[in-house]
Amino acid sequence: MREPPPLKSPLLPFIALALLALLFTGCAKTAPTAAAGPGKKILNVGNGAEPQDLDPQITTGVTEHHLLMSLFEGLVAEHPSGEGIAPGVAESWETSADQLTWTFHLRADAKWSNGDPVTARDFLRSYQRILTPALAAEYSYQLYLVVGAEDYNRGTLTDFTKTGFAAPDDRTLTLRLVQPVPYLPYVLRHTSWFPVHLPTIEKFGPADRKGSAWTRPGNLVGNGPFVLTKWQPNQAITVERSPTYWNAANVKLDAVVFHPIEDVNTEERMFRAGQLDTTDTMPPDKIEVYRRDHREMLRLDPYYGTYYFNINVTRPPLDDVRVRRALALAIDREAIVKTITRGGQEPAYHFTPPYAGYTPGDVLSGGLAEARRLLAEAGYPDGKGLRRLEILYNTSETHKAVSEAIQQMWRTGLGVDVALRNEEWKVYLDSKDNLAYDICRAGWIGDFPDPHGFLEVFVTGGGNNDTGYGNPEYDRLLRTALGMPDTAARMAVYRQLDSILTRDVPEIPLYFYKRVHLVHPRVKNWVPNILDNRGWQYLDIDPAVPAGDLKGKS
Amino acid sequence: MLRFILRRLLETIPVLLVIASATFFMLRLVPGGPFTAEKAVSKEILRNLQAHYGMDKPLPAQYAAYLWDITPKAFAPWRLFADADRNESPDFDLKAAFGINLGPSFKYPNRTVNEIIADKLPHSLELGLWALAVALALGVPLGVLAAMRKNTAVDYTASTLAMVGICVPTFVMGPLLVLFFALHLRWFNASGWYFASDRVLPAATLGLVYAAYVARLTRGGMLEVLNQDYIRTARAKGATETRIVLRHALRGGLLPVVTFLGPAIAGIISGSFVIETIFQIPGLGREFVTSAFNRDYTLVSGTVLLYAGLIIALNLAVDVVQVWLNPRLKFE
Repeated sequence: MREPPPLKSPLLPFIALALLALLFTGCAKTAPTAAAGPGKKILNVGNGAEPQDLDPQITTGVTEHHLLMSLFEGLVAEHPSGEGIAPGVAESWETSADQLTWTFHLRADAKWSNGDPVTARDFLRSYQRILTPALAAEYSYQLYLVVGAEDYNRGTLTDFTKTGFAAPDDRTLTLRLVQPVPYLPYVLRHTSWFPVHLPTIEKFGPADRKGSAWTRPGNLVGNGPFVLTKWQPNQAITVERSPTYWNAANVKLDAVVFHPIEDVNTEERMFRAGQLDTTDTMPPDKIEVYRRDHREMLRLDPYYGTYYFNINVTRPPLDDVRVRRALALAIDREAIVKTITRGGQEPAYHFTPPYAGYTPGDVLSGGLAEARRLLAEAGYPDGKGLRRLEILYNTSETHKAVSEAIQQMWRTGLGVDVALRNEEWKVYLDSKDNLAYDICRAGWIGDFPDPHGFLEVFVTGGGNNDTGYGNPEYDRLLRTALGMPDTAARMAVYRQLDSILTRDVPEIPLYFYKRVHLVHPRVKNWVPNILDNRGWQYLDIDPAVPAGDLKGKS
Repeated sequence: MLRFILRRLLETIPVLLVIASATFFMLRLVPGGPFTAEKAVSKEILRNLQAHYGMDKPLPAQYAAYLWDITPKAFAPWRLFADADRNESPDFDLKAAFGINLGPSFKYPNRTVNEIIADKLPHSLELGLWALAVALALGVPLGVLAAMRKNTAVDYTASTLAMVGICVPTFVMGPLLVLFFALHLRWFNASGWYFASDRVLPAATLGLVYAAYVARLTRGGMLEVLNQDYIRTARAKGATETRIVLRHALRGGLLPVVTFLGPAIAGIISGSFVIETIFQIPGLGREFVTSAFNRDYTLVSGTVLLYAGLIIALNLAVDVVQVWLNPRLKFE
């Protein structure tokens, strides 16, 4: 009577399907620590997002910048102290009396990872490539400081020898500038100024075609302290010490593994599990816990950027500077940095960050009483008669919290009715660019440590202005800045410009950024850097400190 | 049956065409494009960029070119895995096998959409199948048990567990499992996708949700079947309870589960954004979502088409399986 259970289960087809598919996918994927061996120094770094590409002339993001600094080296390099610059491929440089011509002397022992020497001609060909219209490089404008670069990029000049780039011999490179740029060496650290190896690029397609296979592991030829050995998309990018780097003897790490981790909570958990030595950032709500339990791992470093609100000055009543000023004064910035951002950010009462030798001029002052007085003077006592204003922000927990706090401060302090509008990133950029907003959240991070880049933002009609603000006096002053005889005089001009922004309030400064990292104690030589650039060649690992294991803590 | 399948396959052509066209035009209507960036790009550079991607041509011409690119122009399935063992190459090649070219990615200029899908789909597929195994292994027995002990403590426990499984979102379940098993017990890595052990937590997280649905559907299906005449007949003939369940009831009782599994499998294997983000899995689910944020036109279209194709194929498979499970249905 009793039969054995039937073999033919209705689930069989599914199980068969599953087994088949597993065969086809295979799970034998190797770990990123394939380079691991006894005593090897491998640094595991949380690095934000998956890089777009590893072509320094194509990428635009911070993520890529971090990676590319390990694979390439420009004329100048990071300084081990995190401040200032050190010689890179160029061992020395000088500028002409009129400050318009810069001459760079390249070191004889600079080599590409395939053994070729790095020559001035390599730089020349690289600059020609990034400026070629067909390549459509988004950051080509970084080179517009040089005579003819802009015309060549627009296609109106086709003879590259007519531009200000020249290589009198293999080890000399000269740049002839449109106007004096006292901070030029700092600009040269940007990836758009890095050399690329044209013979390699041409092996994989035309030099002016982006997206060829030359940036893949095994193909990529760089001149940096490390070489690319593995690229597992969305998992890890591994770079190993380059034997041909001119300063290879002083490179301490054997390998760096960059993990693209977009979720800050995931990153923090991986750090806690010992899978990461350093993180790209961390969740704001965990900062207190680390401050209490692991103070030695928490780094809160100044970051060269300002978090602010743009004001659309073309829309009434925001065309009235008294209204704008009232709004700017009625914000409790201390409360925002203490209760929302919590990473030690500095409240900002003016636009340009007080770093890189800059000290502020006039700052916003007067507080709530002055704000209420100004609003009444503009004809809106206690906010009466003022139309509802709208704050636009892009999707993010922090932006939302900051906007809500300010909505509340304006409502209770000034009696102003404020609405919030949240838009997805690209829609928000579109609205911002087309002035389709009243007030919108914005941020600016310097590409180089000099106030010039910040104050350029609010030039009349500037591509990054996005407020409708224009002031001929401001534009004129800004133009005089670069011609100033010395740094002190130049900074004085910037102070004037910054004071104009404080007076005219086309934007409301909120706070100066901080970069929050978790760094394991075994990582040595990690120094603060206001651009958050890392000189990977200087970092080291202390083998005496065991790899991260924070079991049971926090 | 062959005719049925052929006819259904022919019907998919207009469906896919509509999906491809709708995606193409809807993407271009959304504010912001692939080159909208935080820092301003000059008009000249923007023009260069558009020319590079053929976006300087009129929209109808772009549309025609796109449709031609995604039209299968070859049939050589044996070439699908031809390069599979070559290092650093994608796992399968849609272009070589079917002549389908989904275009270059806007966001990742050195990768094509074909490559991204070929790189990422296998990981999502693997995760999905492990999760499915968890879902069925837990869900079906739990559902059967609940149905057989209807309105007892066993049933209530099982039903409550299922309800909890459905209600606790993966973004809560995932971190909870990580906190306990990875950070407290140190059994697994917190995230990553390198070793066999890295599969356990994500598969469990994703599988538990589906297990809950499967359990509830199994219970419902079984309850309906257990009241049928033929079960009573089997009981009357003295069949054991095990035999009744496995041999007679399960086949009909699983019908709702099978109907559910079709679209569910399509969703589960094309990737889960949340799970892949929490566990750092290089799967397609993240591309599916982030490509829309990046306005990566070609990648959005490519993933949407793939997802549509999967849903259609799996619904067809479900129909075939249903006929096989339910003698009252016929192919027509």
